[in-house]
Amino acid sequence: MKFRLTKLAVLAFLTAAPAMASELVFPSLSYRTGPYAAGGIPYADGYADYFTLLNERDGGIGGVKTKIIECETGYNTEKGVECYEATKGEGALVYNPLSTGITYQLIPKVTADGIPLYTPGYGRTSAANGKVFSNVFNFPANYWNAASLAVNHLLDINGDDLQGKKVALLYHNSAYGKEPIRTLEELAKKHGFDLTLLPVDHPGQEQKSQWLQIRRERPDYVLMWGWGVMNQVAIQEAANIRFPMENFIGVWWSGGEPDVLPAGDAANGYKAVTFQGVGSEYPVFEDVQEYVVDKGLAAGAGDNIGTALYNRGFYAAMLMAESARNAQDIAGNVEITPANMRDGMEALTITEVRMTELGMPNFGPAFSVTCENHGGPGTGAIQQWDASAQTWSLISDFGPSDMEIIQPLIDADSNAYAAENNIELRCN
Amino acid sequence: MFYREAGDFKTSYEDDSQTFPIKFDRLRYYAVLAVAFGIIPFIINDYWANAVFVPLMIYTIAAIGLNILTGYCGQVSLGTGGFMAVGAYASYKLMTSFPDVSILIHILLAGAVTAVVGVLFGLPSLRIKGFYLAVATLAAQFFLVWLFNKVPWFYNYSASGQITAPERTVLSIPVTGANTDAWAKYMVVLLFVTGCAWLARNLTRGSLGRSWMAIRDMDIAAEIIGVNPLKAKLSAFAISSFFIGVSGALFFSVYLGAAEVGEAFGIQKSFLILFMVIIGGLGSIFGSFAGAAFMVLMPVLMKNIFVGALGWPTDLAAHLEFMVIGGLIIVFLILEPHGLAQLWRIAKEKLRLWPFPH
Repeated sequence: MKFRLTKLAVLAFLTAAPAMASELVFPSLSYRTGPYAAGGIPYADGYADYFTLLNERDGGIGGVKTKIIECETGYNTEKGVECYEATKGEGALVYNPLSTGITYQLIPKVTADGIPLYTPGYGRTSAANGKVFSNVFNFPANYWNAASLAVNHLLDINGDDLQGKKVALLYHNSAYGKEPIRTLEELAKKHGFDLTLLPVDHPGQEQKSQWLQIRRERPDYVLMWGWGVMNQVAIQEAANIRFPMENFIGVWWSGGEPDVLPAGDAANGYKAVTFQGVGSEYPVFEDVQEYVVDKGLAAGAGDNIGTALYNRGFYAAMLMAESARNAQDIAGNVEITPANMRDGMEALTITEVRMTELGMPNFGPAFSVTCENHGGPGTGAIQQWDASAQTWSLISDFGPSDMEIIQPLIDADSNAYAAENNIELRCN
Repeated sequence: MFYREAGDFKTSYEDDSQTFPIKFDRLRYYAVLAVAFGIIPFIINDYWANAVFVPLMIYTIAAIGLNILTGYCGQVSLGTGGFMAVGAYASYKLMTSFPDVSILIHILLAGAVTAVVGVLFGLPSLRIKGFYLAVATLAAQFFLVWLFNKVPWFYNYSASGQITAPERTVLSIPVTGANTDAWAKYMVVLLFVTGCAWLARNLTRGSLGRSWMAIRDMDIAAEIIGVNPLKAKLSAFAISSFFIGVSGALFFSVYLGAAEVGEAFGIQKSFLILFMVIIGGLGSIFGSFAGAAFMVLMPVLMKNIFVGALGWPTDLAAHLEFMVIGGLIIVFLILEPHGLAQLWRIAKEKLRLWPFPH
């Protein structure tokens, strides 16, 4: 018992009073270790580098420096909770945990604490309904958009007819992987294709039986909701059974360079959905080179710039920085609180002109967030891997998803949540 | 000097057989209780509750449970994570089906449900032992996780398969859900950990505990002297699973608030709790506290030192943390195979003689 108390005393000393400075604090609950690090590292690097760029080039946002507090979660919900509690006292403006499991934990907590939660392309899809989820934002697109975008692509290549086609969904057996099932079931009904569900358990290294089933049932297309090491294994397994790569489509979290590189040339033609631009051909990356990389300030090893997941983290950071700027305008004060930040996010408008000013023309969709709609436009494109050039390239335009199917699902799920938790609808 | 039996006269059998026969020990025990109940609730904040005390105490309950089975009765189990999941899902189903019944009762009922499941999976222990039993309990772990993933009834048909604890109150103070104050969370878990530790301590020094230890030390000899192995083994499984179920229910409803079976109650949880029991000391209630403290607090402490105080990159710190904790476990097991509880016992022996060791 004494032993424990001594340790607690040391701990108390080390966790004592965080310094309050006039900085805009953006905690980054990242994971650079464990089976999901392959995706976590580039995303965290991109998120951090954008804020470093703002500090170095513009002196922060509205003259106030930004500060990233990184906390390692290992994609583990318990550590995620610890990170949240450890950082929220330091003036955290917005959380972006890059984990659907941690998002589910944090949704009630952030709402109680009045801090916004930003989950671009992941998390709880029905959080797009701002009437129920006041503090959660998942613009510009969510899982159900991704499912619909993938099916739209299948419709495109099949002349708008999927009658009798067999589609298999290979998914991470967790909240994350289960999210698209409901939408895909609705879409299967609408378009008349057969849907087979193939769960893969955490961490996803063991997929022999799933691919055996794919070999036996010969689905026409395989969709994948995978993350971390599961993606690499799936693409390798697909190559092993010579499944045609152009019929294999991943969600945006299964579309990074680390996922396709291990399979080498065999991964050529693999497709993935994306909601933001690919490559490093944007003017802003010259600034990143000049102000961040050349000064030796790049996050991590600095070797991920321009990769798919780096760009997504970078894009998320850009949207958060714009929201913070917006919040400063609304509050009339450069030092904003999490509540101001929330208002800034809810009133965010991203235009093509603004993105061009930021050196990111066509990097993502132009959209505005409203009180009702926290989910953005839900547009996206399909990217395809070229194994010889080792690049992703867009093979379609940024198109809309089937909101006729998705919106009723969002309303039903969020209203069920509101009823369970006695939440009064906002925005009336 | 002050830590000895001399001068502490016992005049009744109750006095003679009390848990803490030495006065100083007894006072220390009351002091710890007084601090835990009377001081900490007034100064605790969210970080201390959610990152330190609540997980520590919940893991302690689970470690006590496993210690009863493995440390006292000698039955190795790798199904702890699965049994915690039973407690969590039972409490979730109870909370959502009977919202008017107190959450405290639901947590106890969740423990009872887990006890039944534990007995069911304990049945093979009557025929198999040692490594073979470990494998059988491993099957329980995988089966239970699979079951809670597969059957949507357990998670009330939610789209994501996540279970989320609705807000429940005790004396109209919320103890689950997002609006729970740190102190309320802490007090609920503290009540359960105190109750469980007290119950376990008294069970293990009564006739039931003695029959468990007889089975552990040599089952054939125990049977010959009249210990019924069926009763001893199944009661150990039932009581151990009850504790583990309570900890699983608290883990889900009070600590996390939302859980996903594969991630929160996977095989790594079974190993984590087994390590707590081994590091803490098999067959010791104090060992369960010490082991849980070691496995829960060390990573937090390391993280605070490496990242908070020294400012190292988070990935380097996380990797170093694995190495240091792994190394410490090996060092402990080599230097003191009986765990932290044995170190404590040795310290007490030394204290008795201090300051004149000869």
